[in-house]
Amino acid sequence: MLKINNLHVKLEEEEKVILRGVDLEVEAGKVHAIMGPNGSGKSTLSYVLSGRDGYEVTDGSATLEGEELLEMEPEERAAAGLFLAFQYPVEIPGVGNMTFLRTALNAQRKARGEEEISAGDFLKLVREKAASLKIDADMMKRPVNVGFSGGEKKRNEILQMALLEPKMCILDETDSGLDVDAMKLVSEGVNALRDEGRAFLVITHYQRLLDHIRPDVVHIMANGRIVKTGGPELALEVEKNGYADILSEVEA
Amino acid sequence: MALEDTLPEIEVREGVDRETIETVQAMAGKYKHGWETEIEMEFAPKGLNEEIVRLISAKNGEPEWMTEWRLAAYRRWLEMTEPRWAMLNYPEIDYQDLYYYAKPKSMEVKPKSLDEVDPKLLATYEKLGIPLKEQALLAGVEGADAPQRVAVDAVFDSVSVGTTFKAELAKAGVIFCSISEAIREYPELVKKYLGTVVPQSDNYFATLNSAVFSDGSFVYIPEGVRCPMELSTYFRINAENTGQFERTLIVAEKGSYVSYLEGCTAPKRDTNQLHAAVVEIVVLEDAEVKYSTVQNWFPGDEEGKGGIYNFVTKRADCRGDRAKVMWTQVETGSAITWKYPSCILRGNESQGEFYSIAIANNAQQADTGTKMIHLGKNTRSRIVSKGISAGRAQNTYRGQVTMHPRATDSRNYTQCDSLLIGDQCGAHTVPYIEVKNNSSRVEHEATTSKVDDDQLFYCRSRGMDEEEAVALVVNGFCKEVLQALPMEFAMEAQALVAISLEGSVG
Ligand SMILES: Nc1ncnc2c1ncn2[C@@H]1O[C@H](COP(=O)(O)OP(=O)(O)O)[C@@H](O)[C@H]1O
Ligand SMILES: [Mg+2]
Repeated sequence: MLKINNLHVKLEEEEKVILRGVDLEVEAGKVHAIMGPNGSGKSTLSYVLSGRDGYEVTDGSATLEGEELLEMEPEERAAAGLFLAFQYPVEIPGVGNMTFLRTALNAQRKARGEEEISAGDFLKLVREKAASLKIDADMMKRPVNVGFSGGEKKRNEILQMALLEPKMCILDETDSGLDVDAMKLVSEGVNALRDEGRAFLVITHYQRLLDHIRPDVVHIMANGRIVKTGGPELALEVEKNGYADILSEVEA
Repeated sequence: MALEDTLPEIEVREGVDRETIETVQAMAGKYKHGWETEIEMEFAPKGLNEEIVRLISAKNGEPEWMTEWRLAAYRRWLEMTEPRWAMLNYPEIDYQDLYYYAKPKSMEVKPKSLDEVDPKLLATYEKLGIPLKEQALLAGVEGADAPQRVAVDAVFDSVSVGTTFKAELAKAGVIFCSISEAIREYPELVKKYLGTVVPQSDNYFATLNSAVFSDGSFVYIPEGVRCPMELSTYFRINAENTGQFERTLIVAEKGSYVSYLEGCTAPKRDTNQLHAAVVEIVVLEDAEVKYSTVQNWFPGDEEGKGGIYNFVTKRADCRGDRAKVMWTQVETGSAITWKYPSCILRGNESQGEFYSIAIANNAQQADTGTKMIHLGKNTRSRIVSKGISAGRAQNTYRGQVTMHPRATDSRNYTQCDSLLIGDQCGAHTVPYIEVKNNSSRVEHEATTSKVDDDQLFYCRSRGMDEEEAVALVVNGFCKEVLQALPMEFAMEAQALVAISLEGSVG
């Protein structure tokens, strides 16, 4: 599904190198987790994959189902099936959440040459997905993320994901700032989407989330590289001992 | 709150938004009303003098008093100088190099009904999306109960080509006709009110208009009548080198209500065209008038060539107690906009509101705002201005709030927000505030922000292209004003916001 090859990224404006040769392959139907200390480049990786400005790819490649991702505009990547649940979801004053969702969904459908969804079908769809994430009508009416609590913002990201039905879902610290109940809702939302044709890349600091969303593979990222890859037990090790042991082992 | 109970209500608004996006996508070209109608025109000779003023008056079949009124204005105008205090930069206008009267030849013999109007003219309005037929116009939004009906007065260059739904309005006692017809048919009403809100000598452009206005609309709502439908005037400048000077007079008698819409377009030309209109509104006791404008005159090309010079005087006089007026404007077109729709709050407890979206892109310049003149006790005014600047455009909000000594216990609230797209444009806020009594209060809030890259990226990461993302963010910024528009206009306005910002990013 997603194939990242020797990806090197620096900031466009400064000579600061952030990713130093990331190699990663996520197969369809699988859940991969990325853990790693703050500042190791996890968010940068997710931004570069989804096409945010400000980064320069100096080497390497990334493909989604064989298609060159890095050549595409952000909206083309979305239409191709890539989705990023933002670590810090953005507020858009004055734009109703419902309007935003519908505009996004129709834009993707149009890009894929599909018909726009009818008003009735859209409503049914949103109602159903929103209910399972305990998102009420009021939240759908309010402007996108404006005045949302941390948990509401994250649930809203998952709602967007559920509605857009991407093939490759990247979740950047979706668990941070969530209480136990919200964490459960979010995980259930993600688990409901797990399927043969879909893959997940879950960036997190905590085993807690991985208790709910059981990963197939866990990667440790440090200083712009994947330094270690293993099974779910790797996350437990981090939970117990922190990153220090793993990092010193890698450096040795 | 259960989701099921409230969603259908959202749905109506959703329909508006989706429609907008569709409309925008359907509009491939940049300025979509830039075409010209090929039609034989009759022009008065170029230039301005007493003869031309007399000729316009004669062409309209006006009585002597009207001719004299015009001439008095013309003589006054000769002694005035063009105001240059606005933050606008444009070359000198040669007033002798313009046509002051242009009329389709087919209108020589006045058509008695719409059936007799030249099909070419009807087709022009059809193409603009304003079919001059007595049917449901701008059919309703999905989910709305019944399609809204709108009566239209269409003004093509200097003359009104037709007014719809006249008979039905007449049944309610409402007069809706061209101003030239009103001067002939209802001279007493016109005499009583014309020039009483915007006096002949008010300002350079208003005085010029008083001398040479060729047509426009007249609305009279009798006491206690709620106008049974929205009224609208649609202005189209077609002929080249022709000034358009229309005059609108609205009188709302005691306890009456009317909502009035005004739309404007013009063909693409590389020379500038002058438009100097006057709108006067008289609002008597307990009456309410809503006046909405979507101004989409040709703004000039990317280099700033061509476009309409729009110098407009609009004023409402709340003469009676508890009279209410609301101006809503969406100004997206014109090379130059000089326009300050104002409210004179003379009656006690009268209210004035001004909601404005002004967009300036490329080389456009807008200097616009409002005046709230509080004269009566307990008067209220509210100003919400959203200025959007892109390209190399300059956008100025200029607003005056005056509380006279007699206007005790009055309130004004002003909110003035500017949004910048790119770093070559400018936004300016120039408030004039005068409070001459101790019990009144004036509040002014102003913000300036930039279209945020993170917002655009967020939208794009969800699949919207850049222009769609900008349109969405900007429409969000304008939300409060868009909501103040009648629904049919809100859709058009949202689409316009998107179109007028095309090419402003990337
Ligand atoms: N736009 C930026 N400007 C400056 N520094 C940045 C920018 N983006 C990322 N960085 C830096 O790159 C490093 C990696 O950041 P990030 O990808 O956010 O890490 P993580 O998500 O793993 O905590 C950090 O040192 C961060 O400060
Ligand atoms: Mg991060």
